[in-house]
Amino acid sequence: MVTMSAQRNKIHPHKYSLWIAMGSITMMFVAFTSAYVVKRAQANWTAFELPHIFWLSTALILASSLTIQLSLKQFKDRNIARYKQLLTLTAILGLGFAVCQYIGFTQMYDRNLPLNGPVSASFIYVILGMHILHVLGGIVALAVIFAKAYSTTIKSYNPVPLEVAATYWHFVDALWIYLLIFLTLAR
Amino acid sequence: MSNEATLHSQHEGVHGAMTHDHHDGHGHDHHHEDSFISKYIFSLDHKMIAKQYLLTGIIWAIIGALFSVLFRLQLGYPDATFPWLESILGHWAKGGRISPEAYYALVTMHGTILVFFVLTAGLTGTFSNFLIPLQVGARDMASPFMNMLSYWFFFLASMVMMSSLFVQTGPASGGWTSYPPLSALGDASIGSKIGMDLWLISMALFIVSSLLGSLNYISTILNMRTKGMSMTKMPLSIWSFFFTAVLGVLSFPVLLSGAILLLFDRHAGTSFYLSDLFVAGKALPNEGGSAILYQHLFWFLGHPEVYIIILPAMGMVSEILAVNSRKPIFGYLAMVGSMFAIVILAFLVWAHHMFVTGLNPFLGSVFVLLTLLIAVPSAIKVFNWLTTIWKGNIRFTPAALFSIGFVSTFISGGLTGIWLGNSSIDIHLHDTYFVIAHFHIVMGVSAFFGMFAGIYHWFPKMFGRYMNNTIAYIHFYVTLVGAYLIFWPMHYEGMAGMPRRYYDYSTWESFKQFAELNHFISSVVIIVFFAQLLFVVNYFYSMYKGRKVTELNPWGATTLEWSTPINPGHGNWPGEIPEVHRWPYDYSKDGVDFIPQTTPVGAHESKH
Repeated sequence: MVTMSAQRNKIHPHKYSLWIAMGSITMMFVAFTSAYVVKRAQANWTAFELPHIFWLSTALILASSLTIQLSLKQFKDRNIARYKQLLTLTAILGLGFAVCQYIGFTQMYDRNLPLNGPVSASFIYVILGMHILHVLGGIVALAVIFAKAYSTTIKSYNPVPLEVAATYWHFVDALWIYLLIFLTLAR
Repeated sequence: MSNEATLHSQHEGVHGAMTHDHHDGHGHDHHHEDSFISKYIFSLDHKMIAKQYLLTGIIWAIIGALFSVLFRLQLGYPDATFPWLESILGHWAKGGRISPEAYYALVTMHGTILVFFVLTAGLTGTFSNFLIPLQVGARDMASPFMNMLSYWFFFLASMVMMSSLFVQTGPASGGWTSYPPLSALGDASIGSKIGMDLWLISMALFIVSSLLGSLNYISTILNMRTKGMSMTKMPLSIWSFFFTAVLGVLSFPVLLSGAILLLFDRHAGTSFYLSDLFVAGKALPNEGGSAILYQHLFWFLGHPEVYIIILPAMGMVSEILAVNSRKPIFGYLAMVGSMFAIVILAFLVWAHHMFVTGLNPFLGSVFVLLTLLIAVPSAIKVFNWLTTIWKGNIRFTPAALFSIGFVSTFISGGLTGIWLGNSSIDIHLHDTYFVIAHFHIVMGVSAFFGMFAGIYHWFPKMFGRYMNNTIAYIHFYVTLVGAYLIFWPMHYEGMAGMPRRYYDYSTWESFKQFAELNHFISSVVIIVFFAQLLFVVNYFYSMYKGRKVTELNPWGATTLEWSTPINPGHGNWPGEIPEVHRWPYDYSKDGVDFIPQTTPVGAHESKH
């Protein structure tokens, strides 16, 4: 990606763009949850309990936030081997999160709450589905950084890409916590 | 990637191989390393990307305007037949008369194309890209790559929307707002089939393009300003692009959410928007949905969208009026403050589009109050434009004329907004021609005037040539007079209760009286359409054959873009980026015609 260094280096333009993008993504989920609130206030709302496996996915994504932070620290300390291990672990935990969410979906399906069932269930599939897509986007970003870390030709000690990825990773984590609390309270 | 090397080398103050002969038309002296593809197609240069946006926008504008001519033929001459229509539209115009299905498709596509593809992408994409780096003093955008992606997502969106015009069942035809259930049920109408899917895909791509662009605009304005360019020294055009981008970043994702839910309703059997429906005598299984929910999500974008369209025009007009009346802009901070107020209010008024949906009257009155509040910042802006040109030494260039025209249409279209913002009056006027007249004048015509003003004013910077003035004056007067002749009578039709979107008014006893008026409006539409083609001819002719620009600063303007070479290369300034010492509106100060932003403040200078 072609970038020009900022002329007055306060904050890296990529980080800045990321913060704006996160605001944008937040608006998207605010729209989803507002639609949920509006719909819930109307008749025919079916309340049900969220699959318990979502608590496991919460633990996984929280752990992955920790590992990516540690990985960033190792990178800055030039412990490249440890950094690679932690980065891999983060991606695996992220994938584990997505798998747990998927298992949650199948459990809902088995409880007779399919996608085209009650609107309350449809919302869960769509909102959490969009969230999983954002987590997978983060995993793709990690994979790119990972590929660069194993490249023998390029040696880069620029922490910006990893910092950007870490910030985004914490963001999807926080977004999940928000969704979990929201969906638990506004059932 | 040669650009990267060039740009980075310039940061060290070393001049890379620069391209000084952009758009020379002669093409001698090819001492640069850009290939045709990297220079004209997958360009990373914000100036070339701006021109790509403009070209795509012009093509869309011609198509969108042509559609309005076609459906105006039906409205103005409901009994006549035009055999040539059948030869171009085939079974959509059997016997030379546009079919009802084609009519709705044309109306829907006219709205979609003009609102999104021309006045959002074409206007903001062009001028934000072109002017932000040039006026804040940056080599390029914060991320030129993302900027390029933004254009190509727009191009993809355009291709998908274009292809929907050619599918057998026709493009989307449920109105540019795509309300469910018409948009959610494939069997509801012929235009709800594949055309609607293509519409949704195209809009999703469009939203991605818009977000990528806006991210860049914000990031560039906040981070990449040259030395001395504090926020309060920025030209008002930059402020307007900034606020536009903020609006886009916060409101487009909401439309995306609404569209995603709609896609699920269409294809996955969910019932977000659907309930208690019968299609062709059969009851649908969908239960528990609410069509009004979509309207909330849509108008949460839809209302900020009209400011996304009008704010860049406001900013450019402020700039052009100050330059051409040789006076500082009146009330710079009030201008910035009023734009900020508009941005805040933009998010708080969406339900005024929904007064007749069964909205709680108490809630309605809150939205009335907030809507009417928008009149305050709008009036401040109008006052400041008028006081800027007041007793000015006005140069009536085509750009200045279009800017003055903008102020005129913004006033006359804005005043009717106060009518419609009142829920009690809106109940009578809702979905009538009064609404058509209101938003076409205040948003459509005004934004187009701002866009034309911008093109005429910055054409010399874009192509190193001037546009032809005589054609430009004809273009302006025909468009201004024509716009009023087209839309003014629609107010009367609307007050008489004539609903919008009807196919044929001659069969209605109440609206028969307007047959002659409709006839007149349609005739003017055709004339104005040809006047726009004059502009297109002027644009392309001047690009290659126009009078060459020989001085760096042809308008005597203070802003940074005129300190670049006549045909700036990628990186904009061959040497160091100039430093800024003053605000951009030092015109006729201390007896000096204008003082560029790059001139240091003198010891005995008066304060502005």
